[in-house]
Amino acid sequence: MDSKDGLRGQVFTRRALILSGMGGLAFAGLAGRLYMLQVVNGEHYTRLAERNRIDERLLAPRRGTIYDRFGVELAINRQNYRLLLVPEATPDVDALLERLKGLVELTDGQLRRIQRDIARNTAFVPVTVAENLDWEVFAYLNANLLDFPGIQPDVGDTRVYPYPEVLSHVVGYVGLVSERDVAEHGETEAPELRIPGFRIGKEGIEAAFEEDLRGRAGQRHVEVNASGRLIREITRTPGESGEDLVLTIDFGLQKFAADRVKGESAAITVMDVHTGDLLALVSEPGFDSNLFNRGVPASVYRQWQNDPFNPLYNKATKGLFPPGSTFKMVVALAALESGLVGPNDTVWCRGRVELGVDSFHCWKREGHGTVNMHRSIKESCDIYYYEIARRVGIEKIADVAMRFGLGSDYGFVLPHTYAGTVPTPEFKRARKKGAWQQYDTLMTGIGQGYLQATPLQLAVMTARLVNGGREVNPRLVRAVGERLLEPPPAASLNADPRHLDIVLKAMNAVVNEPSGTALGSRLRGEGLSMGGKTGTAQVRKITLAERVTGVRKNEEMPWELRDHALFCGYGPIDAPRYAVSVVVEHGGGGSSTAAPIARDVLREALERDPARQPAFRPLARGLPAREGPDPERGQG
Amino acid sequence: MLDTSFAGAAAPSALVDKLLEINWGLIFFLTLVACIGFAMLYSAAGGSFDPWAKAQMIRFVLGLAVLFIVAMIDPRVWMSLAYPAYGFALLLLIAVFLVGEIGGGARRWLDLGPVNLQPSELMKVTLILALARYFHGLTFARVSNPLFLVPAFLMMALPAALVIKQPDLGTGLLILGIGVGLIFLAGLQWRLILGSLAAAGAAVFAFGDWVWNSLLEEYQRNRILTLFNPELDPQGTGFHIIQAKIALGSGGIWGKGFMQGTQSHLDFLPERQTDFIFSMLAEEFGLMGCVFLMAVYLIILGYGVSIAISTRSHFTRLLAMGVTINFLFYIVINMAMVMGMIPVVGVPLPLVSYGGTAMIVLMFGFGLLMSAHVHRELEIPRAGALF
Repeated sequence: MDSKDGLRGQVFTRRALILSGMGGLAFAGLAGRLYMLQVVNGEHYTRLAERNRIDERLLAPRRGTIYDRFGVELAINRQNYRLLLVPEATPDVDALLERLKGLVELTDGQLRRIQRDIARNTAFVPVTVAENLDWEVFAYLNANLLDFPGIQPDVGDTRVYPYPEVLSHVVGYVGLVSERDVAEHGETEAPELRIPGFRIGKEGIEAAFEEDLRGRAGQRHVEVNASGRLIREITRTPGESGEDLVLTIDFGLQKFAADRVKGESAAITVMDVHTGDLLALVSEPGFDSNLFNRGVPASVYRQWQNDPFNPLYNKATKGLFPPGSTFKMVVALAALESGLVGPNDTVWCRGRVELGVDSFHCWKREGHGTVNMHRSIKESCDIYYYEIARRVGIEKIADVAMRFGLGSDYGFVLPHTYAGTVPTPEFKRARKKGAWQQYDTLMTGIGQGYLQATPLQLAVMTARLVNGGREVNPRLVRAVGERLLEPPPAASLNADPRHLDIVLKAMNAVVNEPSGTALGSRLRGEGLSMGGKTGTAQVRKITLAERVTGVRKNEEMPWELRDHALFCGYGPIDAPRYAVSVVVEHGGGGSSTAAPIARDVLREALERDPARQPAFRPLARGLPAREGPDPERGQG
Repeated sequence: MLDTSFAGAAAPSALVDKLLEINWGLIFFLTLVACIGFAMLYSAAGGSFDPWAKAQMIRFVLGLAVLFIVAMIDPRVWMSLAYPAYGFALLLLIAVFLVGEIGGGARRWLDLGPVNLQPSELMKVTLILALARYFHGLTFARVSNPLFLVPAFLMMALPAALVIKQPDLGTGLLILGIGVGLIFLAGLQWRLILGSLAAAGAAVFAFGDWVWNSLLEEYQRNRILTLFNPELDPQGTGFHIIQAKIALGSGGIWGKGFMQGTQSHLDFLPERQTDFIFSMLAEEFGLMGCVFLMAVYLIILGYGVSIAISTRSHFTRLLAMGVTINFLFYIVINMAMVMGMIPVVGVPLPLVSYGGTAMIVLMFGFGLLMSAHVHRELEIPRAGALF
């Protein structure tokens, strides 16, 4: 028994040692594996752990403010007081929302949206409950947070337009970034576009100067846990705020002009004839550009679209109108330059003229009698212009029209600025409308036919006529950040000063001489005076039958068939400073409707002369305004 | 007879004498490992004794008391209790199996009012006891006799099958490992060992497909598949393995420092207080910390082997070695698992991982080891059971 037991004892000992050896081998294997993972591949895994841990987040830059020329804020960032709800910190979401209903407005649709957001996200992701709260409500909630478990008050930036209706077309608006915007701007160059809720300029100056206004995103490295929850901030690189913009617009004048044509579908442009600064660029009616920031309700958008006054459309830069009689200065100048017509050559107006098979009418049925150039402009005789257009020819007229600013968009800053049409035989052929006829030349001669111009172009045309024949271009932005933009020196248009003098004298007579078409809109007062030219653009063709029975008056016709009322004005007479164009869509006659508006706007402009007021300089960011001499040139 | 009486006199009988025989070195190293566990659990809770470290300390103290009590008891008592205890554990396993069948899902725990009992843990210890008693009563020649081998095989295979069906592949394999180890230690002839290895190979070849498709659960198959290619499913099953390897590898040589592990503290590491606590140790203390813990484990294993070899009766030898093998398997399987060498099978790191049953059962096992040491001079006759 002993020997037997001894044998199994020996076998046990041997095998126990064999097992120990195997165990040792297993440990050696484990140690080897550890060495591989921790030492050989340690750096690789360290990188992976860091990538796990660190999350890069972008900080939205502050968008630049837009000012008018005197520092009135036109587009600002207002603190947006909003309420966020953290579902995981909220014991009873429904009860909490029910309680909030007493304080903030929550529609059923919003409640559904909140519940959907909660269901869609992880429980620690804050969900927006309400935005743009009143300070009183926000402060109350802040003070009583303990009663609203899970509610997080938050302050964000939101773009606000203090005067949305007055400047909706000039300033434009911002909206959420679309996939197309990302593709257009390039994601690598503009990472901020990927910030949730980030907004970029969609229209107007906001869109045209997007790159300057936007600024650059800051970066924040944060430590996150496995489910993405923020644990702590590691580093923060502040971004760069966007540049502020100073416009050429004088908000006071803009508002005055807009109010003056309230209730009409109209466009008014006021332009400095030397610098090209646009002091007012009105398109009435406007729209509430603030709505675009939050999303325009479908009902409102439909209403805008169905409005015959087309509030979304910028009539000042996109509205194409036949310039009508306001074009007569160009034809007169073309006649003088051609040498075929002298200022004292006369045409006999008997109210109508037959040329070939066509019969052409003057607006004055009984005729003007003997008409020279001065009278032709002052009294706006159509027969005179049929005649000289026929003599001068379309090429010369088109040449002068283009030199004086028609048919061009000037590379103007607002998106969608239309160039209009200065018709030529080539144009007509290209449009497949057949060969150029004498009829076409005559219609162009009185500013009708294929000829089309925007209200902005009419102001530019007027400015170039009255500033001594220099090629001034319109501009809307005076300064980007601290950088003042100088208007480029205006090149000469090579117009004979004597010719221009003849035209200007006639424009003066329109307003200030007996039988001038705008005599009723004469501007009186110290240092106040206006010259200009009326225009009434026909929308429909007047039939022969109607001419027999008597042309219908505008008031007798439906709105959309009435004539457009136009006026191109300038002042003061002795040293022209501002050009004004007024177009009232289907507004009736130029002298009865447009001229009085132009007179009032020009008076306001002259009385607000910026030379008498301190010019605004943009603030150096973070520094107080600098004292110093007025940097503005040529104002005096 | 004379030999027996002499041996009986040499064995310490008074409690004080027995206490003097306690191996304090082993107690020290066990406590050292447990303390490493406390530190890691403190860190896992983000620098707090709650909810894990304090509870674990209480359990360890309780475990130490169990160890001392078990160590004082004569091995012959344990020998006598071996079969009834084994039978009891088997009944519990069957009960769990039936409850699981009725409940219609995986089930490991038996809910006995306030106590959650994990019968598979109990089974490991009682299997060691039962097999040690069985082979103690066999002559050496009979060990390799198939007639006497079959009962031993059944004693091991029956609970293993029940546990694997729970399904708990890890513990099931541990039970098989303990059984095979003890049969090997009992002196099974080499030709039978090699023969059965060949047979097992043939069986895998023949029935491997069937086992893979029918016996293994979907989640077990996925674990095995993602082990070999975790990137197959980086957010699902593979996520734990990838994150555990990142935690472990990013520790480098010296580690990120106590409580500085980013993977563990930012919740990337799954089950950091239980099965994956070694990854956390590796992240915070690096290769040095890991090697230190492994060295302490080796010392404890060394104590086990040396006690097993030096004790005089076959029952205590097998008992001591069984406890040691169990401990070794725990360590190797857990570490291989967190290092991504074998599938995630749910085996804790002994004395370090948070867990109640495992801690008490382990300390009970070390109590048996200590009892073998205290009573190492005791000789037990072949039919030495007291009842």
